[in-house]
Amino acid sequence: MNVLVGLGGSDESIKTLRQTIDRTQTVGDDLTVAVLEKPEAKRSQDEMYEQADTLLTEADIDAELVRLEGDPGSALVDYAEQGEFDQLAIGGGTLSPMGKIQLGPITEFVLLNSPTTVKLVR
Amino acid sequence: MTPTRIYPDDRSGPFPSPPTTIDDREGRTIEVRAADDLTAELEDVVVMYDEFDPSDRAQGIPPTGEKRIRDWLETIAEESVNVIARHDGTVIAHATLVPDVDEPAAIEERNEIEWELAIFVLQAYQRAGIGTQLLEHLLGHASDVGIERVWLTVERWNNPAIALYERVGFEATGSESFEQEMAIVLEGEDGDGSG
Repeated sequence: MNVLVGLGGSDESIKTLRQTIDRTQTVGDDLTVAVLEKPEAKRSQDEMYEQADTLLTEADIDAELVRLEGDPGSALVDYAEQGEFDQLAIGGGTLSPMGKIQLGPITEFVLLNSPTTVKLVR
Repeated sequence: MTPTRIYPDDRSGPFPSPPTTIDDREGRTIEVRAADDLTAELEDVVVMYDEFDPSDRAQGIPPTGEKRIRDWLETIAEESVNVIARHDGTVIAHATLVPDVDEPAAIEERNEIEWELAIFVLQAYQRAGIGTQLLEHLLGHASDVGIERVWLTVERWNNPAIALYERVGFEATGSESFEQEMAIVLEGEDGDGSG
C-alpha cells in the first residue's frame, strides 16, 4: 500500500509517525512523509522535518520526506490528490484534561476533503 | 498564568450553591450536593457511569466497562471539583470541573487556572430539569471555592446542550471544528462584576 502521513509538529505528530513507521516495517508499505507548515505548533516546520528525518533514518526506512507550504489542511489534501496514495494518515486528536478526544480544524478539513481513505492514529 | 483560551468580557452569576433538594418534572425528589472528597464516593459514581447508555457518550467520555470508568474517575478525582445528584440515595447525575494544568498537585490559586467542565445525567433522568439545576449548582460551588474561568467542548451538532450552556452564560469561543468550545467567567467570591 502507498501511504502518505501528514505531520503538524505536535507530540501526536511524533506518535503518528512512530506508529506509521512500525506499520510500514511490518507490512512493507511505501511511505511518504509530509511536514506541514503550522506556525502555532510546538515544533517549527524545520524542527519537525529534522526529527522526522532522524526517526526514518533510525528505522532504516527509505521514505520520501517533503515539506508542504501554505495552509496545512488544504496543502496535505492537494498533495494527496496529486499522488497515487491508498491511505492518508494523520494524528487522531488530542486529549483534554478531562480525557475528551478533541479533533482540530485541520483534522476536520482533511476528513471532509480527502480523496483517499484517512486513518486517524490514536 | 495567562489563560490560553478566549473568555467572555462579562462575568456570569451569581449561581446557587449546593446543597439543595429539587423536585424534578417527573415529581422525583433529587438531592444535589458537592462531593468534597470524590474518592470517598467513587464507587457510587462508578455504578452510575456503568449504567450510562454508550450512545450518549461524547468524545470518548465516559469510558465503557467498570475498570476503565474507575481508572478515568481516579485520574480526575483528587484535584477536580464535583457536584453529585442522588435519587433515593443512588447517584443519577454528576458534574465536574477538571483543572487544566500539568501538575494538579501544585495548584495554589484556583482563580489562576482554567477548568474544564463536563456534566452527565443518567438517561432515565434526562429532560426533567436536573441537568440545568446541576450545572447551576456546580458553577455556584465553583465560585464558592474561588474558580473563575471555566471552559468546555461540546459536539457541534448537540444543540440542546449548547442551548443549555448559553442559557447559564457560556459563550462560543475558539475555532470551529467537530467540537464547539465554550467558556464562561464566574463572579468572584465577593461578587465582583455584579456590583
